[in-house]
Amino acid sequence: MENRAHIRVEGLNVHFGSEHVLKDISLSIPDRKITAIIGPSGCGKTTLLRSFNRLIDSSEGVRVSGRVMVDDENILDARAEVTHIRRKMGLLLQRPYPLPMSIYDNVAYGPRIHGIRDRRRLDEIVERFLSKASLWDEVRQRLSQPASVLSLGQQQRLCLARGLAVEPEIILGDEPTSALDPQSSQRIEQTFTELKSDYTIVIVTHILRQARRLADHVIFLYLGELIEQGPAWDFFNNPKQPMTREYIKGLIS
Amino acid sequence: MKRLKLFPISRRAKDLLAGKLMLLLTILAALLVLLMVAGLYLKSRPVLASQPLAELLFSTKWRPFRGQFGFFPFIMGTLWVTGVAVLIAVPLCLLTAIYLSEYAPARVREWVKPLIDILAGIPSVVFGVWGMLVVVPFIKDSVAPFFKVFSTGYSILAGGIVLAIMIFPVIIHVALEVFRAVPQEVREASLAVGATRWQTVKHVVLRKALPGVAAAIVLGIARAFGETMAVLMVVGNVAKVPGNVLDPAYPLPALIANNYGEMLSIPLYDSALMLAALILLLVILLFNLLSRAVLARVERSIR
Repeated sequence: MENRAHIRVEGLNVHFGSEHVLKDISLSIPDRKITAIIGPSGCGKTTLLRSFNRLIDSSEGVRVSGRVMVDDENILDARAEVTHIRRKMGLLLQRPYPLPMSIYDNVAYGPRIHGIRDRRRLDEIVERFLSKASLWDEVRQRLSQPASVLSLGQQQRLCLARGLAVEPEIILGDEPTSALDPQSSQRIEQTFTELKSDYTIVIVTHILRQARRLADHVIFLYLGELIEQGPAWDFFNNPKQPMTREYIKGLIS
Repeated sequence: MKRLKLFPISRRAKDLLAGKLMLLLTILAALLVLLMVAGLYLKSRPVLASQPLAELLFSTKWRPFRGQFGFFPFIMGTLWVTGVAVLIAVPLCLLTAIYLSEYAPARVREWVKPLIDILAGIPSVVFGVWGMLVVVPFIKDSVAPFFKVFSTGYSILAGGIVLAIMIFPVIIHVALEVFRAVPQEVREASLAVGATRWQTVKHVVLRKALPGVAAAIVLGIARAFGETMAVLMVVGNVAKVPGNVLDPAYPLPALIANNYGEMLSIPLYDSALMLAALILLLVILLFNLLSRAVLARVERSIR
């Protein structure tokens, strides 16, 4: 892999109260690839993802140490500007959570927050990113309707468009298809593969098959520890750790 | 065998009985409002017959000895005091609830919540006394001179301030619950695109919580309308239409509480007081219906 790393994690430790959730994690996430973080539930996948955009800050009683370097900036630095960091990363949650406003306003929300007021520019942004999330054709006639009229799958693509609209470099997905029907999941996966030429994509998933289908790079966590990471082909066909081998075979869950 | 067969029957009978009994109680409770309206109406018929309704409602002449009962000063008194209380209470309560829900660490929230709830349990006489000892002199010596007017301190403003503090706990408590019920993920969706916490509160949390916030305010206002004791002690009780918030006023509940049982030798007076109670009841009923309609619309627009 000659690819440069987009996110580099060095000695990351996360405690919730007395619980040691992430133990001395060091890893790197390649630029413009899809990286899958896998592992059984409760292993710290989501926590790792949320430490990338510091949403972890809002958890009660959390302590974080180590470094997370994004474009050579340590985002865990107390002086780092949180809104600026988050803007660099679009986030997709397990279930779609559209904001309580119209479809148009959902996509325009981020740009407006960052000071874009010009109606024509907003129109253009909304169309561009709804198209990127392959939702434009389905909603172009009803942009002013509340986002809650859309189906779950459409809502998730709307959330993707909302995240893309602030022009991030990274897309974070926390099991982004787990609440969707197979067809909608497939559309999201397809959109991801289309997007990876422009974005670094990191998804958390507990579905091994999804990781096989999508990932270029895999990170395997178990009980808060990093067990193995590497290019997807090597990981699935030639795992180095016995634990990885067992997990892939489905012996650990 | 026999026992087994008997047992289910008695169980079902009990169930049936309990269901019917509770239905009866529910009907009775629901009827109570209607019964009260009917009772008050019957009692106020003499004064209603003595002069036209429009005059009763909109005349400013309150001269019981001449048989003139104009309720306009009292209705305005009620509306003014309630209005001032709501104007003071709503912004303060919302900001407090927002702080507790969105900014305060869990430990602070768990400490402050019961303290605010205790406020709700303080007897209204205590608020009244506090108003007389603190708020009234403050208005007399500081607020009124500042605006270069004279006021005894016993005024709408005093009533409004005392009343506002009395409705704090209801509004804060309900608003806080409503804010906490907004899913964390909706906040995260907003934070994740780089919004600050305040932007998130303004554009997302408040919007999502709007119907609940409206309900919290409605509850507060409903309580404010009827609150009698504390207001009566600081509001001055002068039967004139107030011109500004430093004027005294005479809200409907105070009118009833001050005079019932004392001035009943005057003809029609007791009937007039019953009419006052009826008006108060109808105002609250009307307000409830109106706010329900508004709430339903708000909820539809938010979906």
